[in-house]
Amino acid sequence: MLAGVAAGVFIVLAGCGGGGGAKGPATLNWYVFKDKSGSFDYAAKQCSKQSGGKYTIKIQLLPADADGQREQLVRRLAAKDSSIDLIGMDVIWTAEFAEAKWIKPWSGADRARVEQGTLAKPLQTASYKGTLWGAPLNSNAQVLYYRKDLVPNPPKTWAEMLAQGQKLGAKGKIEVQAAQYEGLTVWFNSLLGSAGGQILASPEKAALGPPAVAALDVMKKLAISPAADPSMSNAKEDQANIAFEGGKAAFQVNYPAFYSTIKKEAPKVFAVTGIAPWPSVTPGQPSHTTIGGINLGVGAFTKHPTEAFAAAQCLRNRPNQKYAQVNGSFAPSIADLFQDPDVKKAQPFSLLLKVALEQASLRPVTPAYTDISLAVQKTLSPPSGIDPPSTAKDLKSKIDKALKSGGLL
Amino acid sequence: MTNGAGTVAAQRAEPRQEAPGKRRPSERARAERRLGWLLCAPAVLIMAAVTAYPILNAVVLSLQRADLRFPGNNEFVGLRNYGDVLSSNLWWQDLANTAIIMVASVAIELVIGMLLAIVMQRAIFGRGPIRAVILIPYGIITVVAALAWKYAWAADTGFVPSLLNLSSDPLTSHDSAMLVIILTEVWKTTPFMALLLLAGLALVPDELHEAARVDGASTWQRFWRITIPMMMPAILVALLFRALDAFRVFDSVFILTRGANETESVSILGYNQLITRLNLGIGSAVSVLIFICVALIAVVFLKGFGRTMRQRQV
Repeated sequence: MLAGVAAGVFIVLAGCGGGGGAKGPATLNWYVFKDKSGSFDYAAKQCSKQSGGKYTIKIQLLPADADGQREQLVRRLAAKDSSIDLIGMDVIWTAEFAEAKWIKPWSGADRARVEQGTLAKPLQTASYKGTLWGAPLNSNAQVLYYRKDLVPNPPKTWAEMLAQGQKLGAKGKIEVQAAQYEGLTVWFNSLLGSAGGQILASPEKAALGPPAVAALDVMKKLAISPAADPSMSNAKEDQANIAFEGGKAAFQVNYPAFYSTIKKEAPKVFAVTGIAPWPSVTPGQPSHTTIGGINLGVGAFTKHPTEAFAAAQCLRNRPNQKYAQVNGSFAPSIADLFQDPDVKKAQPFSLLLKVALEQASLRPVTPAYTDISLAVQKTLSPPSGIDPPSTAKDLKSKIDKALKSGGLL
Repeated sequence: MTNGAGTVAAQRAEPRQEAPGKRRPSERARAERRLGWLLCAPAVLIMAAVTAYPILNAVVLSLQRADLRFPGNNEFVGLRNYGDVLSSNLWWQDLANTAIIMVASVAIELVIGMLLAIVMQRAIFGRGPIRAVILIPYGIITVVAALAWKYAWAADTGFVPSLLNLSSDPLTSHDSAMLVIILTEVWKTTPFMALLLLAGLALVPDELHEAARVDGASTWQRFWRITIPMMMPAILVALLFRALDAFRVFDSVFILTRGANETESVSILGYNQLITRLNLGIGSAVSVLIFICVALIAVVFLKGFGRTMRQRQV
């Protein structure tokens, strides 16, 4: 193990050089996850064509899960890999990458162009200490999928959903993401935000408090309820959706992209699938679900910064975002796209999604985000083991320690 | 392999004892010794570069606050990282998990491995195919094997829960998840154990068995009184290899549960600190502690090894 880890450090130090040639269009490597709808490939091709021979964008695939993507990127970036020109950054990496000086800031005209017409919350995820570090490519927020045939009125709160699920019996399962991974942090953060709280009070101190106890109470109640899926503590997005498609569940909280998945894979279930806002925690209050999505960052060690900034602007331009929304069910970061007739046709709930994005809660913007998320995942998994007041206290002390690079997680 | 070397050492020890001991290292012996050192010098140098340096570097890092994300905050913190690790419940829990996985899987592997080794040795026809079939699981990449086990045992994709009429997902509770991890390890590495034991089995002379049979010893008696004692060095080497391997278990746990439901092993703990958190200080402290544990296990086995060697010489 020790030798292995040390050898890993060696490889990182040795680095992975390489880069574009001197003549012809610059090759820009765009590190991003695989998008099954092909909209990233489409945008990359369009932009390469439109650049007039200035650059060609080559997609370098990252692993499917966010943890794996980050691990691969940070190892390359820590080794100052100059082949990284463009990065599809998960919204939670901004502060870490900026603080470590792994990405270039957006300023002047570039920044002004990105800010124009872009939703406020996605911009907030790309900002750290007053500087813009990324250009929002797309956005993401969960919605509630429910079975219209089983549930005439979609639940407004988690308590209501739990009651409805229990009444339905075996068909009334509620699908969430509660495996020990980033999705668990997202669920907790959404509940916490909806209960009026947040994870951090300041960059050095955890907040949590009574809203955290309320959020943990929801998690615990679901975990020990008969409406919980027996595999709940191992469930990620896909498992949740498979259960919903299979007719085992009457509810699932999940991302909008699954709308087209259900349409394709389970047309019968799709015919009776309804979409509603993510349930709230406090009756009468809106929910504040966690914002996701990716921002385009320009690698700090790139040999083609000018081309990279121009390419990023192109990748996120209106036609490309529209293509991604219509074909890949991605939520865009451009505000007025939600009203586009083609979009409304492909994604009938787009206005509901826009409201969710406007009211979304952010995950903590701090370089130590990974530590915080790891602390949340470890403390809250499995959700059936939660004891709201004492778990909240335990979580607070772990986060406080992690913010000082201490403690074991 | 290594047990072969052990037996060679044993055989060499015997003639030396027979020659009435006058301690005079002859000129030739000394020259041979020098040549021996010269011959291994390149290997020693390479080993020093690729293992000693990283190990020392890890020890140095473990005494620092070193976090790749906060390069400006590096400082010497003495033993604070070790304090953080050793005072954390997580370390002790993971250590217990790892120990359970190690002891349980190696014990089961020893029993099944011994049976397989005997089958492989005794098989009269189809010896080649039988050996090949037994070795198949060992030829499969651990990650692939673990994924297969995961898909077989998960409630949504697997056939096992419905076969056993389980109402819950075995991978979602601590005890059953640990059991699945242990079984995966056993399935995967028993062939390796069997292979090492087969080599030991081959070294038990047939004449001893024949003599014992003539004296009226039963099969059971011959197994315990002849086979096992003669094989002891091979068994110890096999146990040592597997115990050290099992203590560093990573892939199966990573794939099956990723450490969820308190099934984390110490290697995953180290991975989380080093690769996920980029916290080189704490992570190196974990690595050094793992290294110490591995060294302790090795020492215990080598002590046992030395004892059996002495018993054989008497």
